Amino acid sequence: MTGFLRQGVLTLVFSLVATLALAVQPDEVLDDPAMESRAREISAGLRCLVCQNESIDESNASLAKDLRLLVRERLVAGDTNPEVVEYIVARYGEFVLLKPTTGGWNWLLWAAGPGMFLIAVVLGAVYVRRRSKAVAPAERLSADEQERLDALLKR
Amino acid sequence: MHLLSITLHMIAELGHFALILAFLVSIVQAVVPLIGAHKRWPGWMSVAEPAATAQFVLVLGAFAALTYAFVVSDFSLRLVVLNSHSAKPMLYKISGVWGNHEGSMLLWVLILALFGAMAAWFGGNLPPTLRARVLAVQSLVATAFYAFILFTSNPFLRMAIPPMDGQDLNPLLQDPGLAFHPPFLYLGYVGLSICFSFAVAALIEGRVDAAWGRWVRPWTLAAWIFLTIGIALGSWWAYYELGWGGFWFWDPVENASFMPWLFAAALLHSAIVVEKREALKSWTILLAILAFGFSLIGTFIVRSGLLTSVHAFANDPERGVFILMILVFFTGGALTLFAARASAMEAKGVFGVVSRESALVVNNILLAVASFVVFVGTIWPLVAEMAFDRKLSVGPPFFEMAFTPFMVLLGLVLPLGSMLAWKRGSLSRVARQLVPALILALALAGLVWTMQTERSMLGPIGVFLGTWLIAGALTDLWTRTGRNRDLTRLLRLPRADWGKTVAHSGLGITMLGIAGLMAWEQEDIRTVQIGAPWQVGKFEFELLDVTREQGPNYTATRGEVSVRPAGGDGSEIAHLYPEKRVYPVQQMPTTEAAIDYRFLRDVYVVVGDAQPNGGWVMRIYIKPLANWVWGGCILMALGGLLSLSDRRYRVAAGARKTASVQGVPAE
Repeated sequence: MTGFLRQGVLTLVFSLVATLALAVQPDEVLDDPAMESRAREISAGLRCLVCQNESIDESNASLAKDLRLLVRERLVAGDTNPEVVEYIVARYGEFVLLKPTTGGWNWLLWAAGPGMFLIAVVLGAVYVRRRSKAVAPAERLSADEQERLDALLKR
Repeated sequence: MHLLSITLHMIAELGHFALILAFLVSIVQAVVPLIGAHKRWPGWMSVAEPAATAQFVLVLGAFAALTYAFVVSDFSLRLVVLNSHSAKPMLYKISGVWGNHEGSMLLWVLILALFGAMAAWFGGNLPPTLRARVLAVQSLVATAFYAFILFTSNPFLRMAIPPMDGQDLNPLLQDPGLAFHPPFLYLGYVGLSICFSFAVAALIEGRVDAAWGRWVRPWTLAAWIFLTIGIALGSWWAYYELGWGGFWFWDPVENASFMPWLFAAALLHSAIVVEKREALKSWTILLAILAFGFSLIGTFIVRSGLLTSVHAFANDPERGVFILMILVFFTGGALTLFAARASAMEAKGVFGVVSRESALVVNNILLAVASFVVFVGTIWPLVAEMAFDRKLSVGPPFFEMAFTPFMVLLGLVLPLGSMLAWKRGSLSRVARQLVPALILALALAGLVWTMQTERSMLGPIGVFLGTWLIAGALTDLWTRTGRNRDLTRLLRLPRADWGKTVAHSGLGITMLGIAGLMAWEQEDIRTVQIGAPWQVGKFEFELLDVTREQGPNYTATRGEVSVRPAGGDGSEIAHLYPEKRVYPVQQMPTTEAAIDYRFLRDVYVVVGDAQPNGGWVMRIYIKPLANWVWGGCILMALGGLLSLSDRRYRVAAGARKTASVQGVPAE
């Protein structure tokens, strides 16, 4: 495990000097197409730790390559998709998940859209109902216009 | 002659000086007209226009000075050293001016001053107090940004010891698509500042009427058109440059431009309601404030580097705090003013529950909530880390799940809503008119569903929505021919109606493109030998040769690939040259994919590394309907342009002028 960690740190350093390797390489691809497509699906949801907002599936960094191989290793070992993800999260933290969990305060993140939508719909419905019941108000004069009217009337 | 050469050496100092002068002028323009408008002193109010022009000329001078330094590669300027190189092509020397933090902020204020000057030049028909206030608020925004540049991001700093050559621009940015992406984006962001100034000025005035809606809408449209083009350029660049054909990554920087776009789209729709029906006034004011507020948030996200990503080239906390202060001051100030004054903006128009007005309320709800989702997702990693001490990521899977439903809903209701009558509409009548469009969309989606091999519903849903939108827009046009189907009527339609049809169809086309790319893309990665053909989908590929090429400031490995139909007679569809480049100055590799663009699909070819066995890694992607993504964006922008050229924005000016002289609301 320490060897693996040291390698992680090394790749972290070296990935700053970008390599020309491009995302998934032919030698990484699994022979079983069904398993390979599962690997691709999992990889697309895991963040490349040394990149900026890239999944390990898209990334050229060597750490991403290590993770891609690790994902495939676990799949070959017989893990299910959630088990593979759990394995990676246990080692690298929830930072690797591009799709955040709903646990803890994260429910707020997931509820934000639907919640806001409900509030907006209620407010919108109230507004529309009020508009449909309203009577067009008489044209009211601005302070400016009132002043000028007063002046004219006094004359 | 000698004097001239001294002047040339001093151009950077002249530019710096011009920028300081612009800062001083902007303070005058922010203060004097505002007092003038309050006290009704015409002399003080009239300061605004010449000041706006002077400000623009001064910033233009500063910008020209910096551009000159880049063009002649003046390596005594720190900025030029850090972002340019004498061997760089001229186009990228010029685009290098805004390919960095300091220069891009200078471009930002240049556009801000340009819009301010345009509001002064074309604002002759505005009531004098409103015009004075609009220009003053606009100038106040400019003052803040001049201070930001002069105190934290001065582009005119000299080097004590100039180096022999520069450090070059990030090679990823040396690209025609990206050369013009920032200016368009900034024209959009900053264009919304005018809407903001109009909103704040109206709040100070204490009144909003139909004429206000008519003044604000063209500015919103213009800003939205620029944002559309800017975002499309950026997305297209990502598609061909990053090497695997992704076109949208939900990156914080992309989201930063997407949020103002969504708000601007909402604003340009609600401004129609203000203009035509004098309703939704306070909401429209709020949208105008939010749209520019999100432009500022976008600037903050990009410039502070707080949510780091590919584009964030400034990681300076001092700058981040400064922009945060600008953001809080303007958005907070405007919202406070809004809270105090909004109740005075009472609506006049009365409309039924089923009406165009209500439909536009639905449009606004969906766009605003969608934008809110993007906002929450973008800042959530920051919130989670600061409030709950959790380091987490929010990536594409979240946005696809949380954002897409609102866009699907929008697509579903758009054709119905856009055909409802103003005041009181009949849903059943519109639904009847749209039956053919619905049948067509269902039929195409069903066909696609039976033909495809995957179980994904993404393709059929996308095809349904896209077809429904396009057919719906055409149905709308068809109903305008009247009872006796008089096609010549279409020629007499206002351009705004044509704009609506074109823009809504554009949205449909973009949705079709996204669905095609996401549902039916084919990918193939393998090691190939030169001269050994292989098949992907309906195509056969052959790597003919790999050569080394020398570019002006890079070296390239170039593959030569022949594309033929699979099992065909050997006739060639395309001959492609994918490259990978290394820019020695920045020690950075880039991939240059070779793409065969066709109407229904792109063939996307990337060359990878040499393998020990003498083979090469090749990646092939077949991307159905790829061009439709950006084709739709172009149509949306074109629709906006048609709307912008509508007669009522061009000829109503005279009528309004007399109205403002009499001091009654122009209607």
